[in-house]
Amino acid sequence: MRRLNAFFATITVPPILWQVIFFLVPLIFLVVMTFWSVQNYRLKPDFTFTNWQKVLAAGYFYDIYLRTFLYAAAATVITSIVAFPVSLFLGLNAGPRFRIVAIFLLICPFFTSYLVRTYSWQVIISDNGIINTMLGAVGIGQVAMLNTFVGTMIGYATFFLPLVILLQFASIAAIDRDLIQAAHNLRCGRLRTIFAVVVPSAKVGLTVGAAFAFILAFGDFVAPSLLGGGRSPTLSILIIDTVKSASDWPRASVVAMAMIVTMMGVIFAALTFAYRKPGETH
Amino acid sequence: MTKFRINQKGLLRSDVSRRNFMGLAGGAAAGLAMSSRGVWAQEATDEFKGKELNVLTWPGHGDPYMVGAFEERYGVRVRVKEYVGGDQLLAVINSTPQGVYDVILADAEVVEQLVDADQIEPLNPADYPFADFFPEFQKFEQHWKDDQLYAVMLRFGYLGLAYNTEKLSAEEVKSYKILWDSKVTGKVGWFDWYLTSLQPLSLYNGNKPPYDISNEAFDKLRETLFSLKPQTAGYFQMADLFSSFANGQAWVVPGIGDWVALLLEDQGRPVKAVVPDEGGLQWTESLSIAKGAKNPELAKRYIQYATSPEGQVKTATLSSYAAAIPNKEGWKLMAKEKPEWADRLRLREDQENVMDQYRKGNIFPRKLPVQQSIEVWNETWTEFKNM
Repeated sequence: MRRLNAFFATITVPPILWQVIFFLVPLIFLVVMTFWSVQNYRLKPDFTFTNWQKVLAAGYFYDIYLRTFLYAAAATVITSIVAFPVSLFLGLNAGPRFRIVAIFLLICPFFTSYLVRTYSWQVIISDNGIINTMLGAVGIGQVAMLNTFVGTMIGYATFFLPLVILLQFASIAAIDRDLIQAAHNLRCGRLRTIFAVVVPSAKVGLTVGAAFAFILAFGDFVAPSLLGGGRSPTLSILIIDTVKSASDWPRASVVAMAMIVTMMGVIFAALTFAYRKPGETH
Repeated sequence: MTKFRINQKGLLRSDVSRRNFMGLAGGAAAGLAMSSRGVWAQEATDEFKGKELNVLTWPGHGDPYMVGAFEERYGVRVRVKEYVGGDQLLAVINSTPQGVYDVILADAEVVEQLVDADQIEPLNPADYPFADFFPEFQKFEQHWKDDQLYAVMLRFGYLGLAYNTEKLSAEEVKSYKILWDSKVTGKVGWFDWYLTSLQPLSLYNGNKPPYDISNEAFDKLRETLFSLKPQTAGYFQMADLFSSFANGQAWVVPGIGDWVALLLEDQGRPVKAVVPDEGGLQWTESLSIAKGAKNPELAKRYIQYATSPEGQVKTATLSSYAAAIPNKEGWKLMAKEKPEWADRLRLREDQENVMDQYRKGNIFPRKLPVQQSIEVWNETWTEFKNM
């Protein structure tokens, strides 16, 4: 019994300690800092609600919040839909060798910095870029992509599409093939099999993939800034702006809190949905 | 305390009490007489051998091309930590214990913030070669507070409009009016910072100086800014500002100057910078000694080196970005050693040069807003971006 307790302590204490040191303590500090003030560009311990009042009273904060939420939601839907057929093929149809090569290729992009990959996209989608040059060569006019919503979405996909595919794939590959076989035997068409068997069976992976996409998009600064041109600011850009002007870390912390609460809410909802048993209402 | 004022001719003089005059006169006179051939030209000393000088700076200033001669002269090592924005500098300095950095290179408006935050040491003007500086820069206002010196000007440049020469002519960019032209709809880029973006427009509105304006003038400035939303290509950070020109996203960017244009020119890009008729801003990089510096004497020597003719030529021609310099002796040395750079940077006294432009009276220092808070200006910028 004592040996068992030591074993559990060994495997549970490190992650708990990690979470406390690197998540809980900074989070508490972030909350505390929202009540501090800035004097002569330096943080000053204080207890004031001014930062909350100022941020929550600014009309643009709600516009930016809503935009960030919708951008992240759009990126989640788009990447999940784009990733699904790939994951389906890799999980159910691809041979073992092809699967290994494909997984390797999906991991490859993470070898290079996301920032570098984003700059590469600038070369590809700019007005003078590769795509527009090709379009021009075949007589199609210039299509604005860089510094637009499309540019931002391309950036998000660059960031996490491979990750979403890998998460979906892991879940789909683990589906019991007998269920799919049974669906076919019961004369279920391909499409119906996907929606009646594959999607419910891989629900956890699909939901976790979508949740990751949302969280990464919601907090990303690079895509909306470098490929969206910062034309439609998101909350991460607002944080940078707030700090950049007068080192207003407390006010930036309020914005960060709004982001953290939103992301926690989304994760909670996603996990609840993912692990809800069929037939459960809550 | 010895106080220095600028007299009508723009030359420094000391303002000392009768009681301590005799004691100070010798030192002050020697100091005032100090030219850039002063301390830096003296023989090397072993006093600092093996020490490290920690410098907090914009990128590129730790290049061996710049610091090599200093390291060799004193047998020291210059260690550099780079930052890429005044906000980052303030964040670093406010979160680092005093004593980590010896020298801070900062923009003049950040120097003012560092003084307010008590992060830099007062300096003795007698230690630096102000006598060799152009009179206009011998007592640079942003470096002084309550008659006390806190920084020495290292280099400077002007900000107006940077433009694509294949798309716009020199005639078209003579006024900020071009920003509203239908020709550049969707092609006006912005450096994503309220100060360099709003102040050129403040000049366009006729506010001189552009930073010290009434609330009514500020309301008008807001309208002027907001009217440019349909023209806007995007808001760029430092690095993507270059690519925005290179990839054709931006044809004209206000609040940008030669430092960007020269780098792009080097890459063969058709980009030039101009100060429009309504005026331009001056960016100024300055050197200070950090509060609690471990090596204040070595820091002083470094500033002396960087502001000597030799150091000035090097800092002006840094490969990271070039700039004009305030030391006349530096101009002379550059004309002799790097004449092509003297031409490019317009640092020749016998030709129309950057100081002539300054003397026209339409160059204003880039300063923090006076009558409104930074917050008010920045919120306007955020509103504009969010429109």
